[in-house]
Amino acid sequence: MSKVTYREAMRQAIREALTRDDRAFLMGEDVGRYGGCYAVSLGLLEEFGPERIRDTPLSESAFVGAGIGAALGGMRPIVEIMTVNFSLLALDQIVNNAATLSYMSGGQFNVPLVIRMTTGAGRQLAAQHSHSLEGWYAHVPGLRALAPATLEDARGMLWPAIQDPDPVIIFEHGTLYNVEGELSDDAGPVDINTAAIRRPGDDVTIITYGGTLRTGLGAAEQLAGSGVSAEVIDLRCLRPLDTATIVSSVARTHRAVIVDEGWRTGSLSAEVSARIMEEVFYDLDAPVARVCSAEVPMPYAKHLEDAAIPQVADVLAAVQMLGG
Amino acid sequence: MTGATAAGGGGAEPAGGPTGEKDHGIHLLQQMLRIRRFEERCAELYSHSLIRGFLHLDIGEEACAVGVIDTLSPDDAVVATYREHGHALARGISMRAAMAELEGKVEGCSRGRGGSMHLFDAATRFYGGNAIVGGGLPIAVGLALADHLQGRRAVTACFFGDGAVAEGEFHESMNLAALWHLPVLFCCENNLYAMGTALDRSESETDLSLKAAGYRVPSWEVDGMDVLAVEDSARSAVETVRAGGGPHFLELRTYRFRAHSMYDPDRYRDKAEIEQWKQRDPIPLLTERLTATGVLAEGDLERIEGEVGAEVDDAVAFAEAGTYEATEDLERFVTSEPVRAGEGS
Ligand SMILES: Cc1ncc(C[n+]2csc(CCOP(=O)(O)OP(=O)(O)O)c2C)c(N)n1
Ligand SMILES: [Mg+2]
Repeated sequence: MSKVTYREAMRQAIREALTRDDRAFLMGEDVGRYGGCYAVSLGLLEEFGPERIRDTPLSESAFVGAGIGAALGGMRPIVEIMTVNFSLLALDQIVNNAATLSYMSGGQFNVPLVIRMTTGAGRQLAAQHSHSLEGWYAHVPGLRALAPATLEDARGMLWPAIQDPDPVIIFEHGTLYNVEGELSDDAGPVDINTAAIRRPGDDVTIITYGGTLRTGLGAAEQLAGSGVSAEVIDLRCLRPLDTATIVSSVARTHRAVIVDEGWRTGSLSAEVSARIMEEVFYDLDAPVARVCSAEVPMPYAKHLEDAAIPQVADVLAAVQMLGG
Repeated sequence: MTGATAAGGGGAEPAGGPTGEKDHGIHLLQQMLRIRRFEERCAELYSHSLIRGFLHLDIGEEACAVGVIDTLSPDDAVVATYREHGHALARGISMRAAMAELEGKVEGCSRGRGGSMHLFDAATRFYGGNAIVGGGLPIAVGLALADHLQGRRAVTACFFGDGAVAEGEFHESMNLAALWHLPVLFCCENNLYAMGTALDRSESETDLSLKAAGYRVPSWEVDGMDVLAVEDSARSAVETVRAGGGPHFLELRTYRFRAHSMYDPDRYRDKAEIEQWKQRDPIPLLTERLTATGVLAEGDLERIEGEVGAEVDDAVAFAEAGTYEATEDLERFVTSEPVRAGEGS
């Protein structure tokens, strides 16, 4: 075991990818000389050189599109976009090209591309740097969307993502980079298909992912103090969703609270809720509850931002509402 | 006009500007000092956690904002980036409202919702504070389109960095503005770096005026450390744009003395390069010039510094005495509020 940060775990994953697969390379704004806007790729330029750690100009549409082209041409690009809000400049390439080429070409072409980006609020970066738009990407057939919330997943999701013949987007919550913990020295690839039960329980299922896994676990801990046993599911893979893990848990606990930093309307939380309704409606003892971000562009002031994003107290209140 | 230098400006107004040479030079100096001292205080407040989020300082680049904005009239519009404290102050947003914003107070110019990167002010037609690189350019084109369609002789000054030139929005906006002959003054603050990326590692053609030429937009290359040169070029450009001359492009050659933001360890620049540029600090540059020409007399600088210092202290006191917006109001203004009875038409 060694003490590592989420940032370092991610860096180890990139190092592993570039070492094991010589078709893999990293590109994005300031990934090289600067070391990455969140310092994820710090030192990799010195290790792998400028051909494989490629700084790009500020041109998200072009370099994401170039990643798609390079993937078509036989490479295994890892493209870093600084923040999910900036990925909107490349949305056309991602949705109209990366996600469609396999299907449109009748299966003749595939796009083995990995895109990594920071997501989420909590750092007072206001309305153009803080949103949780992963639910949008999870809407799109042809993409796989991953949300590593733990050190193991930060370390282990990239390699299978690179092996995936189709485009994969990895969402790294900005508040996780400095999280430190023990990681096994032989930590390696993890599965990228299933949800994980992070805490088993019997009375209520809290379903969450990414930056709000902590919120869900924090709530479960407090609930335990008052005699309520909460199960916490980390979705991990936002598309395709592991419905089986969700519904089998809810069938046991009979109650579900979904915690999602995205906005409620048309969200991932809505999708999860719908699947519970479709599959285990008659097992429910109470309506599914949701704790989402307030439907506002993220404000700067700390008290407003805190009020806008899911907090442990909000989850506790939601569980209380469910009764039992 | 591509390749013309600042000296070629020569508008109707002498470099002295509307208020007379002496007062005007002092006015420019005071404006730059207001920005400098304001931002130095911001850095301090950041280290005390009173300002959070991303904080991008304009220190070293003050002559660009001051020189251009001073030539605008109140009806003109300004679009800026996340490095916009200087532009906001030069445009007339009060130091109090700006500081309160940075401290997240409801008395701030964006009610504390925007913070450092999103200063807004309808009264001075200051359309932000945009933190998407290149995001402001199309908006500037649209503001100019609205002025054009409504027969207003206003100019929209749009500020952006050298990094934005690589974005598609730069090219699309330049083309659109030129094609439709719109009154936009594109002001590129070329400080040679986009975060850690030097211009020559980001652009295959580093002569930015050639990009403007590609869209038939006349351009000036200006010494962005010399506020008088900036003002001179901006004045003639603004006049031409206002007179129906279509969009113009100013490349303001400047340098940021501080890191990109408070998070940036600044590992990518040579210390000697920074020191060299500091020799061309726009504030001493103007101070020396004004002293040499007798405009600035003994004691003037101390007096100005005193006034500026007092204004900064007052702004900080105002911000600290400010209040936080009620959390119940979190969802206000997501969309426009209906006009309440008795409040306008
Ligand atoms: C579309 C987009 N991509 C990336 C970023 C992250 N970012 C913020 S500022 C910046 C550098 C911009 O440099 P430049 O345009 O030269 O302006 P300067 O900071 O030098 O004033 C980058 C990469 C962003 N805000 N928006
Ligand atoms: Mg720059």
